[in-house]
Amino acid sequence: MRKLLVLILLAIAVPLAAQDSLPPAPYAYQQLDDPALEAKATELMHTLRCLTCQSQSIADSDAPMAGDMRHQVRTRILAGEEPEEIRAWLVDRYGDYISYSPEVSSTTWPLFAIPVLILLGVAFILRGRLRGAK
Amino acid sequence: MIAEFGLVALWLAAALAGLQLLAGFLAARDGGSATAEGLALLVRPAAVVQALLCIASFLTLIYLFAVTDLSVKLVATSSHSDKPMIFKIAGAWGQHEGSMLLWVTVMAASGGLIALIERRLPERTMLATLAAQAFVGLGFYAFLLFSSNPFERLNPAPAEGAGLNPLLQDIGLAFHPPTLYFGYVGLSVAFSFVVGALLTRQVTPEFARVMRPWVLGAWIFLTIGITAGSYWAYYELGWGGWWFWDPVENASLMPWLAATALLHSASVLAARDALRAWTVMLGVVAFSMSMVGTFLVRSGILTSVHAFAVDPERGSFILALLTLYIGGALVLFALRANTVAEGERFSIMSREGALVINNVALSAILGIVLLGTLYPLLTEAFDVRVSVGPPYFNPVGAIFFLPMLAVLAVGPLLRWRKDSFARIKLPVAIVGAVFVAVLVLVLALADIGILPLLGLALSVAVAIASFQPMMGRSLRRLPLAVWGMVIAHFGVAVALFGMASDTAFQQERLVAANVGDVVEVGSWEARLDAVTPVSGPNWTAIEARMKLSYDGGAEREARPQARSFWSPPQETSEVALLTRWNGQLYVAIGNQAQDGRWQLRLWWKPFVTFIWYGGLLIALGGVLALIGRVATDVRRRVAAGKIAQRKAEEAS
Repeated sequence: MRKLLVLILLAIAVPLAAQDSLPPAPYAYQQLDDPALEAKATELMHTLRCLTCQSQSIADSDAPMAGDMRHQVRTRILAGEEPEEIRAWLVDRYGDYISYSPEVSSTTWPLFAIPVLILLGVAFILRGRLRGAK
Repeated sequence: MIAEFGLVALWLAAALAGLQLLAGFLAARDGGSATAEGLALLVRPAAVVQALLCIASFLTLIYLFAVTDLSVKLVATSSHSDKPMIFKIAGAWGQHEGSMLLWVTVMAASGGLIALIERRLPERTMLATLAAQAFVGLGFYAFLLFSSNPFERLNPAPAEGAGLNPLLQDIGLAFHPPTLYFGYVGLSVAFSFVVGALLTRQVTPEFARVMRPWVLGAWIFLTIGITAGSYWAYYELGWGGWWFWDPVENASLMPWLAATALLHSASVLAARDALRAWTVMLGVVAFSMSMVGTFLVRSGILTSVHAFAVDPERGSFILALLTLYIGGALVLFALRANTVAEGERFSIMSREGALVINNVALSAILGIVLLGTLYPLLTEAFDVRVSVGPPYFNPVGAIFFLPMLAVLAVGPLLRWRKDSFARIKLPVAIVGAVFVAVLVLVLALADIGILPLLGLALSVAVAIASFQPMMGRSLRRLPLAVWGMVIAHFGVAVALFGMASDTAFQQERLVAANVGDVVEVGSWEARLDAVTPVSGPNWTAIEARMKLSYDGGAEREARPQARSFWSPPQETSEVALLTRWNGQLYVAIGNQAQDGRWQLRLWWKPFVTFIWYGGLLIALGGVLALIGRVATDVRRRVAAGKIAQRKAEEAS
């Protein structure tokens, strides 16, 4: 129940914090004290897209929205959430677009099927070349 | 009046391109007849004069920017009289129209150059090549004149220009796009040679030798362009990243991958008359990739597919050109592929065998980068938005890249045509042992990801392997091209080492600091002495004055700034970089927090500089190889000239 309350508060806090006039969220530009948790957070942040920038992750941007999202990620990691849970939550909120790490799904399967095809193609070409040579 | 002069020169150049196309094509088709002979005489001069006209037109544009002639629309919208002179001039190619004019100019200049000096190929092939060159050129002339006229006037002229994006007011960036364009244009010349060779059925080792310097040149420029672009992103964006798999970066990486493959397969064709069809195909692919790159960057499709749909004129134009050139080339290839015999055969244990693996792996990586770049655009068209980023490109690309590096370590040791493993057992064993030793050592000392781990071990192994082809050979007699290969391969190892090391071992500190506070990152201690406002010609900034020392050593100063430009308004981060032999400290200052403390961002990035040193070494290797090839050609020409002279003397 408390966790839910925190989530609701956070959900309200995000749009509020997105206004430039408000002070930036504390964890936007500050690391977590525990290096292990911080490493977890950093790794996740590098795979989340900053929605208001062009092709930058939230770990690479000065944009206010990226700052707020960094704060979100760090706060949630600190609260004991796993990176993949946070990613799932964000994807739920903002859509697949926010995650740089595409999952196999009905819309993204070609991204994984085609490299496999390329791999097979490579094997085929090399085999043909090598056979023919003998 | 001056602007009109530039425009007229451009129209005349376009007309000459038309003449070059018609005359070249007809003369190549019915070679031998009297009319064809007459037409053939026109082709080379047309190319040369066209080059001069384009250069004149481009110089006109530079002049207009230098004097800030605001009655020209392009100058008014992208320049400003307060800008420093160097950026006024660089502004001439800092936007769409000017950069396309630069492209056309370089292309015409290359065409003029081959028309002037290239006489090794059969004349019919040359005529067809120059016709193809004019055909490609005409598309760009049309694009420039009908949809991106750089000399358009503005009436009435505004009192002041609208300025240039301050992010682009950077000396590195002023020369970054032209570098890539030179690369793209070099690939277009290679493409023209391919079309010429296909049309006249002359896919020969001589064709590969003639095309090779252009591919090499293009590849050098692309290498430098990508390296510089990466360094620019690194110090300008303010967060320490050096590669983002951004579509714009991919747009420059894809032609590079294709050019790298083409370079290696052209070497096989030149030396061994093998891989004919494959080389021709890569020539088409390499140029296609530079067109795809131009399309991605210039059409606005990257910001949003829908933005493209709103103003599709330019994008559609490039897309139409792309379809025309690539479609045409592929049809030609399909028609002529059966007449291009397979060429000499070889065993897998041979230099050619290793190069085939290199080619296939590079093509596979190219396929993946292309897929990852275009897929999100494709789904966006159907209103499904997905992102493809580092978590996709890194592992999927590595599947092909890492094995390719292993082959790179061995391939240069192999002989052409057929070799035995027994002969190269010892050097391969040494490299293998080094690889395993580094792997075990790193595994024991540090806890890092699998990709950086493999990267570190492979980079050390490849670094050693890259020098092995020199063993047992007289260094003084070693051809320059071999030196080039050794240095370029070594550069790959150096760059890879930098990437792996930075990824695995970088340390980050983000803090809010008061003046007087000391921040530690890695072995560095940084003290914030003061924060003061400063100003420049078109910006104001907040500057941090910091004293830093590495491992208790001598103090060094750093002054990172947060800049605000006012025309147009934009914030940028000027980071401070402290370079040591073993890495770089990266310092950026952010905003002031509520409580008056300053946000500081510090990264210690071990060996990160090796990434760009590696890139430069790769380019240097290319330059050496190019000098070696051209020098050989010049010597051959001089010798041939002497023989001809002696024969003439004997005859008289």
